[in-house]
Amino acid sequence: MQKKFYQPEAETMPVNEIKKLQEYKLIRQVRYVYENVEYYRNLMDEKGIKPEDITCLEDISKLPFLSKNDLREAYPYGMLATDLKNCVRIHSTSGTTGKRVVAFYTQNDVDMWEDCCARAIVAAGGDKGDVVQVAYGYGLFTGGAGLHGGSHKVGCLTLPMSSGNTNRQIQFMTDLNATILCCTPSYAAYIGESLKEKGYQPEDNKLKAGIFGAEPWTEEMRHDIEKSLGIKAYDIYGLTESSGPGVAFECCEQNGMHINEDHFYAEIIDPDTGEVLPEGSKGELVFTSLDKEAFPLIRYRTRDITILSREKCSCGRTFIRMKKPMGRSDDMMIIRGVNVFPSQIEAVLLNLGYAPNYQILVDRVNNTDTFEIHVEMLPEDFSDTPKHITKKEKKIQAAMKEMLGINPTIRLVAPKSIARSEGKAVRVIDNRKKIGINT
Amino acid sequence: MAIKQLSIFVENREGTLVTVTDTIAKAGVDIRAMSVADTNDFGIFRLIVTDIAKAKQALDAANAFVSITEVVAVALEDKPGSLAQVVKILADNNINIEYMYAFITVSKQFAYVVLRVEDNVVTEKILSENGVKLVTEEDMAKL
Repeated sequence: MQKKFYQPEAETMPVNEIKKLQEYKLIRQVRYVYENVEYYRNLMDEKGIKPEDITCLEDISKLPFLSKNDLREAYPYGMLATDLKNCVRIHSTSGTTGKRVVAFYTQNDVDMWEDCCARAIVAAGGDKGDVVQVAYGYGLFTGGAGLHGGSHKVGCLTLPMSSGNTNRQIQFMTDLNATILCCTPSYAAYIGESLKEKGYQPEDNKLKAGIFGAEPWTEEMRHDIEKSLGIKAYDIYGLTESSGPGVAFECCEQNGMHINEDHFYAEIIDPDTGEVLPEGSKGELVFTSLDKEAFPLIRYRTRDITILSREKCSCGRTFIRMKKPMGRSDDMMIIRGVNVFPSQIEAVLLNLGYAPNYQILVDRVNNTDTFEIHVEMLPEDFSDTPKHITKKEKKIQAAMKEMLGINPTIRLVAPKSIARSEGKAVRVIDNRKKIGINT
Repeated sequence: MAIKQLSIFVENREGTLVTVTDTIAKAGVDIRAMSVADTNDFGIFRLIVTDIAKAKQALDAANAFVSITEVVAVALEDKPGSLAQVVKILADNNINIEYMYAFITVSKQFAYVVLRVEDNVVTEKILSENGVKLVTEEDMAKL
């Protein structure tokens, strides 16, 4: 019989027991962090909060928030709660200078994280005998390592492909009978397109499911991927700051992601006031890691806007569900699965001698993100032939690729042609929002 | 010897060409010849005008993006084979033409060809040695 849960005792725990467990772990974790993380201790002291003030789950609202800025400020070791000798792994967010956040893991942290990913794989129908093709990037990025570890835990045959080299992905997928594909949804869509171009039918491969995350995607995209690959496509959620993918995952119902509540406590807050909102409200998702030893974050503001629901799920899991995030409250864009900050783009332009007059245009065409940057040209960029301009555009593009890891299309435009704004400049025009993609 | 050509950056948007031509008209400058280089996103409008300084001043004031390039202009007899002859001279001397355009005047005696090459001085020397009539800035103004 097909396995339904990876860790049924946790995944189907009665709600009142989950809450009791979370309460116990929260009290323990706050004390642990207060004793071991000076940065957070200072934040608590500033608010006049002592670990003893936290006696039940509701008391969490007394605690200070952590934001990405805190993590940048504390870079690299400021949030570390244990001796480096106890750590076995480092991962990092995809940001570059000034934006990078590094996270540390003890062996227990890695185990917990991989368990979370294993739960996602089993929820997607994975078991011993399955061949899991991991086409997330390997390296500092958490996608590859997380699903790879989870696949091992379940006992699946793991194909550590990393991302890219689509021809090889397709060859191994078909030759080695991969049954579960893990990658970003846009890459899954691309693989589906490539299969079609090569004349493959969805039934020519053995794939049955896909676990796709690390970037926002719509229901329409899910249907396209399911059709082109002949699979069921499941969403997975996580952040490097919280360990990586697997904080929450979709079950067979494909109706929201179950949050691994035995390891994470989730709150929804009003992003403007910080006030905790009742269940069912739309607001910013805040996570507290209840078990992490090396990089334990309390009340970390994800900037993701979502809704939590405790409604009973027919899959049998009792964990609360979160909807697909429907927007971010900061300026980060996720383009083709990569985090992009306007500030990085600005830095490249200033470095090349351009004025910070630019506009970023993002859209989604045929399930792939388009990424264009308009830059006002310098007098020396223009002469009497188009190739002169094209050469300059290529130069900017190469510098952007170096900084961002992905290739934008660069368009040099006439000086003073980008609209100036009185207040905050409109730097980003993200048309994906219009078609309902959560960015 | 070379003559000055005005290049204007024109975005592929409705009305940009109107602004540019209107500005030149209001400055009282006559356009002698023109050509357009186009790409998907923009065009480059190249002009030979009667008063380049005046035209540039007006365009700058109108926030147009202009640059001035020196090009070689020749006057050829308006009859079959004239252009072929010039092109052959350049080819025989390994001179590449980046782009060129031509125009005639009401007199119909000459056809004028504007040539964009890498080295104006060398090109002009070779052309005059081969008996091709070069056109000066002054000649152009008188047309």
